[in-house]
Amino acid sequence: MRKTLLLILGILAMSGLSAGCGKDSPNTLTVLNYGKYIESEVLDMFEEETGIKVEYEEYITPENMYTKYKAGAIDYDLICTSDYMIEKLISEGEVLEMDYSHIPLSENLDKAYFDFSKSFDPQNKYTLPYFFGTVGILYNKEMVDESKAASWDVLWDKEYAGKIIMADSVRDSFMVAQKRLGYSLNITDDGQLREAQNLLIEQKPLVYSYLVDEAQDEMIAENAAMAVVYSGEAGLALEYNDKLAFSVPKEGSNMWIDSWFMPKSAKHIENAEKFLNFLCRKDIARLNFDYVYYATPNNRVKESLDKKLQENTTVFPPTETLENCEVFKSLDDEATMRYNLYWKEIKSAD
Amino acid sequence: MRNLRRQLLAGPYILWMAGFILLPTLMILYYAFTTTSGHFSLLNVSSITFSVHLKSLVLSLKLALACTLICLALSYPLAMILNKLKSKSQGLIVFIFILPMWMNFMLRILAWRMLLSNNGVINSLLGILGLPGLDILNTPKAVVFCMVYDFLPFMVLPIYNAMARIQKDVIEAAKDLGAGNVTIFFKIIVPLTMSGVISGIIMVFVPALTSFAVSDLLGGGKVLLIGNVIEQAFMQEYNWNLGSGLSVVLMVFVIASMALMNARGDEGGGTFT
Amino acid sequence: MMKKSAERIYLLVIFLFLYLPIMVLVVLSFNDSKAKVVWGGFTLRWYRELFSNSAIMEAFCTTIFISLASALLATLLGTLAALGIDAMRKRGKAIMLGATNIPLLNADIVTGISMMLLFVRFTRLGFGTVLIAHITFNIPYVILNVLPKLKQGSRTTYEAALDLGATPLYAFYKITWPQILPGVLSGFLMAMTMSLDDFSVTYFTKGAGINTLSTMIYTEMRKGIRPEMYALSTILFLIALVLLLFINFRPAARKERAA
Repeated sequence: MRKTLLLILGILAMSGLSAGCGKDSPNTLTVLNYGKYIESEVLDMFEEETGIKVEYEEYITPENMYTKYKAGAIDYDLICTSDYMIEKLISEGEVLEMDYSHIPLSENLDKAYFDFSKSFDPQNKYTLPYFFGTVGILYNKEMVDESKAASWDVLWDKEYAGKIIMADSVRDSFMVAQKRLGYSLNITDDGQLREAQNLLIEQKPLVYSYLVDEAQDEMIAENAAMAVVYSGEAGLALEYNDKLAFSVPKEGSNMWIDSWFMPKSAKHIENAEKFLNFLCRKDIARLNFDYVYYATPNNRVKESLDKKLQENTTVFPPTETLENCEVFKSLDDEATMRYNLYWKEIKSAD
Repeated sequence: MRNLRRQLLAGPYILWMAGFILLPTLMILYYAFTTTSGHFSLLNVSSITFSVHLKSLVLSLKLALACTLICLALSYPLAMILNKLKSKSQGLIVFIFILPMWMNFMLRILAWRMLLSNNGVINSLLGILGLPGLDILNTPKAVVFCMVYDFLPFMVLPIYNAMARIQKDVIEAAKDLGAGNVTIFFKIIVPLTMSGVISGIIMVFVPALTSFAVSDLLGGGKVLLIGNVIEQAFMQEYNWNLGSGLSVVLMVFVIASMALMNARGDEGGGTFT
Repeated sequence: MMKKSAERIYLLVIFLFLYLPIMVLVVLSFNDSKAKVVWGGFTLRWYRELFSNSAIMEAFCTTIFISLASALLATLLGTLAALGIDAMRKRGKAIMLGATNIPLLNADIVTGISMMLLFVRFTRLGFGTVLIAHITFNIPYVILNVLPKLKQGSRTTYEAALDLGATPLYAFYKITWPQILPGVLSGFLMAMTMSLDDFSVTYFTKGAGINTLSTMIYTEMRKGIRPEMYALSTILFLIALVLLLFINFRPAARKERAA
């Protein structure tokens, strides 16, 4: 009997403990964002200032986001993702129009990026730019020569077998092969796609691992010689390890812009607008910039940075680099399936 | 009458099973045999014959088999040694083997990643000793390593329990009748622990065959198991019909391997107890 | 003698295999260097960051709550079911036991996916869906622990009590309950262990912003190196150590006294 009593007491104590942590509030905002794409403190601050509970969910690749959203299992209020995915969702009628007058601080954002967004949001009705950047090679200067890192060819160099990290994302990986072959990023021709696939299969034995967000830490820890990463990841890595450097290869690369949009499933529009406005506030945008380290479209933040950082070409890609870059376009279902299948074949190749 | 009333106590459970076991199974079957537009199709299930899918299934079977065999080879002598210990220290020793199981599954994977990475603990130690480094992270080997670590207790415990149940007098009697150690081992210990071995094999083989997290985190995206293919169909490609089709195939494999094991041993012997 | 020392060595090797990874995490949790596995001095920084990280603390609470609640409800449903199954005739019993084995033997990933398909069709994913899923895979452990105790116990005593005028409830409380209690307790513990350690089922059935430790660590690990996770490991290891010591040695000591 004493044993039962003890057990019950234990259970009561533990449920008391767990009840203490539960805080329920009906006033919520469900946000879906890339991993490592917001300073967590920002979420706490927003909750504290507005009393709105943020249900924050992360994903790894845009394809991952698309699935999570389309599953319809969760009513997201606000999603941040990349250009081509937004284009796809807009064409499917999944995006709500945004009322910018409810987001007064969106004025802080540079007009140039709204113009740029026209490539996927032609009338600037649906999206609010968040960060932008390029894709390139983050390499260790002690292991890789600067001249070599200026071309995608280095990722096929046998000298670095077992020391190469590739992107674990369909479009980004194909992009590398496509640019090396001199093709567009948006090809759907089966022959060309097969060519790119063969190139990636040929590369696989040299690859240490396929990663997305972990690549940065692996490079800082010097577990690999080079990695295909987004520019911001590289910018941050350089701060931690000065043996590292970043290059956007001469064959060209991908330039992307990530933006916020409200999907059709949004139930808390007002909260979403408050959140977007909050993100545009100078101090908040600065916090996010310091954490994320991608180029920010927020003029107030850019002005507040010291000169050296403003001229940092890793974080803020110069125009000549950008001119050499191409933007992803959304693909039709058949092409998407083909990319997915070919990617899976690469992953299972020996 | 009384009996019938007592049977009714199982009512809530039966309803629960109907709602949360039977219905979901029907859902997965429905998705498996239809296309996105809802028409009947065998394509999702038959797509297991695609070279990509077949390759990943074969790799999963290989790794699961390797993992099960290693676990068995490690566990059997271990259980024998544990069983021979004085009963006083036995509780403590068994306790030592259960303890790592109570650490979170994910943290155990994390530990192996730290041990095996290029500049990880093992390689640093090897470097100090002047030995060549070990390049096994992001290969199937690392996945097997970690799975053995994760599932070893599931093999040790049932075998140990079966051994503990063997009456000492049976062995004494055999000795008195002149049986040697080898005879005792093969004629008495092995047959009497078979039920434990079989439940151990099932408890290791099934999770090893269907795991996707270990290969995800230790395979560096290069080890594509059938679990990963299914997970990706659901989480990346938005192709639930394909994912369900492959899940059904996997389910059949699990059931078949279990039936095979159960046919070998008598009743299967229960799981843990 | 030779054989004995060989056995000792074997035990030691397995012991190292089991504990070396954990020790590495414990050591790294005090290491003041983020990226590399090189000793950079002693620090408690990661513990401070762990406790100030609201996401981790929330996941910790969710995990405890889900495993407790699901184990409790599963114990209730499962014990009732075991009583009912025990009263069934042979055929019904076999069918019920067969059905009970399904979720136990089915692959986690398939269980998780099939539930997700169901939930997505009829409701939204959230906290409740995770709880339901956990209860579902927990019930069989309870049933399989309680049934043998019912078989061992004698029906005649229970029936004698009824004949002597006890109400069924009173007879149950006085006679059946003490018999099955150990089974109920071990079923509860096993259910809780399974729930604590689950990853796949939670991964597929959770809603936005809801994380158990397993799913949270999974997402964190895919973002890179997080030394807070080492600190978390150390703490979880200590909790497990204390709990298991408590469970394993206290009741055993008492049982000996009773015998």
